[in-house]
Amino acid sequence: MRVTVIDYKAGNLTSVLKALRHLGAEAEVTDSDLKMVEGAERIVLPGVGHFAATGRLDATGLTGAIRAAIARGAPFLGICVGMQWLYAGSSEAPEQVGLGHFAACCTRFSESHEKVPHVGWNSLDVRSGSRLLKGVEAGEFVYFTHSYKGPVTANTASVTEYIEPFASAVEQENVMGVQFHPEKSGETGLKILSNFLAWKAEGSGC
Amino acid sequence: MLTKRIIACLDVHDGRVVKGVQFVDLIDAGDPATQAARHAREGADEIVLLDITATHEGRATLLDTVRRTAKELFVPFCVGGGIRSAEDAAQVFDAGADKVSVNSAALASPALIDAIGRSFGAQAVVVAIDARRDPDAKDPVRDAQVYVQGGRRLAGRRVVEWAREAEERGAGEILLTSMNSDGMRTGFDCELTAAVSEAVGIPVIASGGAGAVEHFVDVFGRGKADAALAASIFHFGISSARSLKEELARAGVSVRLPC
Repeated sequence: MRVTVIDYKAGNLTSVLKALRHLGAEAEVTDSDLKMVEGAERIVLPGVGHFAATGRLDATGLTGAIRAAIARGAPFLGICVGMQWLYAGSSEAPEQVGLGHFAACCTRFSESHEKVPHVGWNSLDVRSGSRLLKGVEAGEFVYFTHSYKGPVTANTASVTEYIEPFASAVEQENVMGVQFHPEKSGETGLKILSNFLAWKAEGSGC
Repeated sequence: MLTKRIIACLDVHDGRVVKGVQFVDLIDAGDPATQAARHAREGADEIVLLDITATHEGRATLLDTVRRTAKELFVPFCVGGGIRSAEDAAQVFDAGADKVSVNSAALASPALIDAIGRSFGAQAVVVAIDARRDPDAKDPVRDAQVYVQGGRRLAGRRVVEWAREAEERGAGEILLTSMNSDGMRTGFDCELTAAVSEAVGIPVIASGGAGAVEHFVDVFGRGKADAALAASIFHFGISSARSLKEELARAGVSVRLPC
């Protein structure tokens, strides 16, 4: 299994690479190789921090390369800000457009007596049919650290409750995203990454 | 539902886990990588490795320890001790840490918090505060003082005010250690923890004084802590994260039980 991990200078990639390699993947990193991304077997877009950092994907031409790979059917996984980028945008950086694969926009958690950011281990209410979250049972937890989140829509693969219900995972064919950090979520997280690495187009016969 | 975190803390000296009482009298408590893996397996939600001598000694041993410890660890991993610049932080992240904790250096130069946050995100910056209250002070909680250099020197800042400034500068979490309670196993300083937790909008990790399950129940309730650090309670097989969490769950605290 080959995975192309995209470095757009939004945080540290060590943990993501370590988890992918632990699962036997051959992980390569690029911050600008458009050919590598266009032809990638599968793509992981990690990312922590500010949504504005995704501007670098546009500036380097990576957005177009990722779009081409997705159109070709390459499995794509966005993690944290990498998932938010799949939407049209985020109120964290309104001038920055996302990929727009999912129409909605990400927004900050509503004001409440609860703390923002949402940091820690929370559970997933997995919707039936999710291939990414296959095997994740009730009572399993994953690690979150974020202040912005995507809304619950038809493409939501799991719902998590914090202040309000939000999309903790999103999935449409080969395009997947998780708001939590599977690389930091113990055995549950490794199972999810492993599902992603094993993902094949249905009916592809392989 | 968001669970309360139990964080296993490894105080490390020269590449070995040690445990002291009120920051002195160190006893050897094992290999950091082995200890971290064991805690994660038994359900610790996070591992913190604090190099308690790093302010005074070299960095190479620490980076090697971080690398070895991070290798097979798939829960959040925070490293602190002697991080004086964004470059120091970068080395620790490269070695496999997810967060760094800064203490003395951030007090000497508060802009360090902004600098690390800008490069690695707020979620990667934990500001550790060593707090001591003077029981004779007029308002021991509000007047609690920050100490630096492993508790050796007064920083000249009040705890609650410093926590608030740290948040404004972009800290992602506060790790609050009560020096009065540290290693005493008589319970967390719930009053001070609650005062800090109410003053900031970021998570507060309570530290210092864990000795029994009810101390955790207390700090998550009355102390309004989002997470609690346990060191001595786990060492020498006294209690595991698993048994601690099972008891917490029975006491009505929402925790992640290990599979």
